[in-house]
Amino acid sequence: MSDVSLTVNGKRVSGSAEDRTLLVHFLRENLGLTGTHVGCDTSQCGACVVHVDGRAVKSCTMLAVQASGSTIVTIEGLADGAELHPVQAAFKEHHGLQCGFCTPGMIMTATDMIARHPEGLDEATVRTELEGNICRCTGYHNIVKAILAASETMAKGAKGKAKQAA
Amino acid sequence: MYSVNYHRAASVADAAKLLKSGDAKLLSGGMTLIPAMKTRLAAPSDLVDVSRLKELQGVKVSGKTVTIGAATTHYDVSADANLKKACPALAHMASLIGDPAVRYKGTIGGSIANNDPAADYPAALLALGATIVTNKREIAADKFFKGLFETALKEGEIVTAVSFTAPAKAAYQKFRNPASRYAIVGVFVAKGKDGVRAAVTGAGEDGVFRSKDIEAALAKSFDASALDGLKVPAKGLMSDIHASADYRANLIAVMAKRAVAAANA
Repeated sequence: MSDVSLTVNGKRVSGSAEDRTLLVHFLRENLGLTGTHVGCDTSQCGACVVHVDGRAVKSCTMLAVQASGSTIVTIEGLADGAELHPVQAAFKEHHGLQCGFCTPGMIMTATDMIARHPEGLDEATVRTELEGNICRCTGYHNIVKAILAASETMAKGAKGKAKQAA
Repeated sequence: MYSVNYHRAASVADAAKLLKSGDAKLLSGGMTLIPAMKTRLAAPSDLVDVSRLKELQGVKVSGKTVTIGAATTHYDVSADANLKKACPALAHMASLIGDPAVRYKGTIGGSIANNDPAADYPAALLALGATIVTNKREIAADKFFKGLFETALKEGEIVTAVSFTAPAKAAYQKFRNPASRYAIVGVFVAKGKDGVRAAVTGAGEDGVFRSKDIEAALAKSFDASALDGLKVPAKGLMSDIHASADYRANLIAVMAKRAVAAANA
């Protein structure tokens, strides 16, 4: 057993876990954050993607104790109160989900992807970058649409903020 | 996963000490080891995490010499501005490993120490004539990659960095398995001061290897047309449900041609 201390969605949390406990299980079972899903459990599907120290990683392929000391954002940490994160809003607007199981991972991957491409995204890039996220409903078309729309909204938002600051 | 004891090493020297306990294994990005532990293909008693060691991180480019810390992630290699100038082929290769989430965790040291026969880095380091630096010695890539999942590393030896001289021209091309996305064949070609080297991953029964046929043809002329009509022998190549040895042999020539074209572009 080891002590695991994390900052999750802005809150400091700690707990005790077996060293073999995967981060995804620690989030779901110890912290009750069940928005992060286990899909394939073999690092392929991306339903378990969370941000660890600002990077989108598969929480089914990382031990909780490995993450100890890190800052983590899960799907529960994206919205600002009742206001959806622009990527969440875009998924809702463009119907970027069917059964919804892959959605938390898709959105966590998408926010990371948009942050890494401040110059903007095109469809080919989005599709390539979604390589590690699988949608069993095969609803990729609207997922891609939602990510492209969110990327534009967020770029405009950033410009707006820059203007305000100026 | 079987029960395991996790240790976070404070330094490379500390990691070397910790490795002596039980059946301990080094943990870097964990992109191979943790899945192997989950399926119980690997069951180390202890894990020694070196992924956070600052002394193992980062890409350094000094003149033509490139040094990459063993715990540098594929993402950090792919995004390094200096490396993109000095050896864009390696940065590009790193951008093709796995998927974005895997690239954020997986490391160059972990990849070469594992020496998966379909991994990308072994081909790159062999073609670049790289040196693998450990906590004990320096090993030439030609002597490092020994076979399937086998390297020259001794018990308790830790890869700390890799270094190489940036080639004049280089490129990597791979043909991916459409499902697993691993290379069915990947070819890295490099033209440096010691001539042309071409290394092949995904295809050899003994893992990564240099293709003498391709190297000989490209030594005459470093142009894709130099490989026209080249027949790569199928002997020693893998045959499995994904591709026969003959198919892989053909793909080696095709990927080599594409790599040379990309290197000259």
